Amino acid sequence: MGLLSKKDRKLILDPLADDNPITIQVLGICSALAITAQLKPSIVMAISVLFVMGVGNVVISLMRNIIPSKIRIIVQLIVVATLVIIVDQVLKAFAYELSKELSVFIGLIITNCIIMGRFEAFALGNGPWKSFLDGIGNAAGYGVILIIVGFFRELLGSGTLFGFKVLGDSVEKTGLYAIGYENNGFMVLPPMALIVVGIIIWVQRSRNKALIEEN
Amino acid sequence: MEHLELFFKSIFVDNMVFAYFLGMCSYLAVSKKVSTAVGLGAAVIFVLTVTVPLNWLLDQYILREGALTWLGDEFADYDLSFLSFILFIATIATMVQLVEIIVEKFSPSLYNSLGIFLPLIAVNCAILGGSLFMQSRDIATFDLALNYGFSSGIGWFLAIVAIAAIREKIRYSNVPAPLRGLGITFIITGLMAIGFMSFGGMLTGGDEETPSLDTNTENIGIEAQDENLNNTEKETAQVEVSELTQQ
Repeated sequence: MGLLSKKDRKLILDPLADDNPITIQVLGICSALAITAQLKPSIVMAISVLFVMGVGNVVISLMRNIIPSKIRIIVQLIVVATLVIIVDQVLKAFAYELSKELSVFIGLIITNCIIMGRFEAFALGNGPWKSFLDGIGNAAGYGVILIIVGFFRELLGSGTLFGFKVLGDSVEKTGLYAIGYENNGFMVLPPMALIVVGIIIWVQRSRNKALIEEN
Repeated sequence: MEHLELFFKSIFVDNMVFAYFLGMCSYLAVSKKVSTAVGLGAAVIFVLTVTVPLNWLLDQYILREGALTWLGDEFADYDLSFLSFILFIATIATMVQLVEIIVEKFSPSLYNSLGIFLPLIAVNCAILGGSLFMQSRDIATFDLALNYGFSSGIGWFLAIVAIAAIREKIRYSNVPAPLRGLGITFIITGLMAIGFMSFGGMLTGGDEETPSLDTNTENIGIEAQDENLNNTEKETAQVEVSELTQQ
């Protein structure tokens, strides 16, 4: 990798696992839970956040020396809101059904704590290229969790992936359903999102003891 | 009646935290102690009560399609709703700033207890979420918008105070090490959300849930009738038996 130095690679790879924005930094939980009942909206959400984070981090980083620190929150909000409006309009134009499904949660990317958190913690103090990598890395870390949660909730909850019946037909009793398998309807309900994320945290922290919190 | 229904619906059925996961970041970060949770919860109630009606006015008179008619007939075709994100968040950020200044001036003791939380609130999803839900659900009047802001604030307040109380106690329990802190909080919130789902049948009217509830009550009625039938059958049978024994 000639393009990325070792430090740059760390910026991208760290948030994917050991410094994950959702499970370790506890940022951006709201949208992560609400739209993960199926895989498709999860992926669209992940891509939207990737776009907003990457561009937003660069913009803020370019402006970091001229933003008065007293009004920086409002400046950040305006930058994010503009980017989110772009995402929203694009989705409305090219994927109207999906944008109806995501409803207010596209708008809520504005107050997604990951974005504000990374602006505050990183983009305000670093150059554009590094901020871009940091933005992409964190958004990817966020997306990975979203996709994992969406995958399990759709697979176990409705027996489909992207709407394809991967486990066979539950009405005609083919595939797994022929031997008595049943969908767990509970998985598509909101509370299970919380419990699935809880289990992901459990697995991650059992593998890496350094992440365990003090009581 | 409409007000009462919206009030209970926003607190229990459509609870910000348990049904829509709004404001989870601060919900998880500031719920270690009950006293701080009460402070943040109160601040959220306050800001929601102020911003939701304000954004309702903006939505009605500036943003939605045809809202600009009061400027003259030539403005009737404009639809500015794509600007709602930026306008709503600007209102919220300004209001939070303004509230902070006013509270600091007139009630320093309240400022000291809320002070640190107020800036946090500008980026709390529950606040923006409140305004966006108000818009997408077409809340009809100013009073209802005020009511919605206030009651969903109370719902959030209840949620954070409850989880803070549980987290204070859970410190004495033997939680598996990798689950400590964040993990167990997620799972407890999930269990609480399951509990709150049972409020779903509390209100009837104006929802998709209504027909299913109606059929349920009908079924119960039929069952009750069946039981009655069974009873009468038994009675007649008993009468027959007694007649037989007499013979």
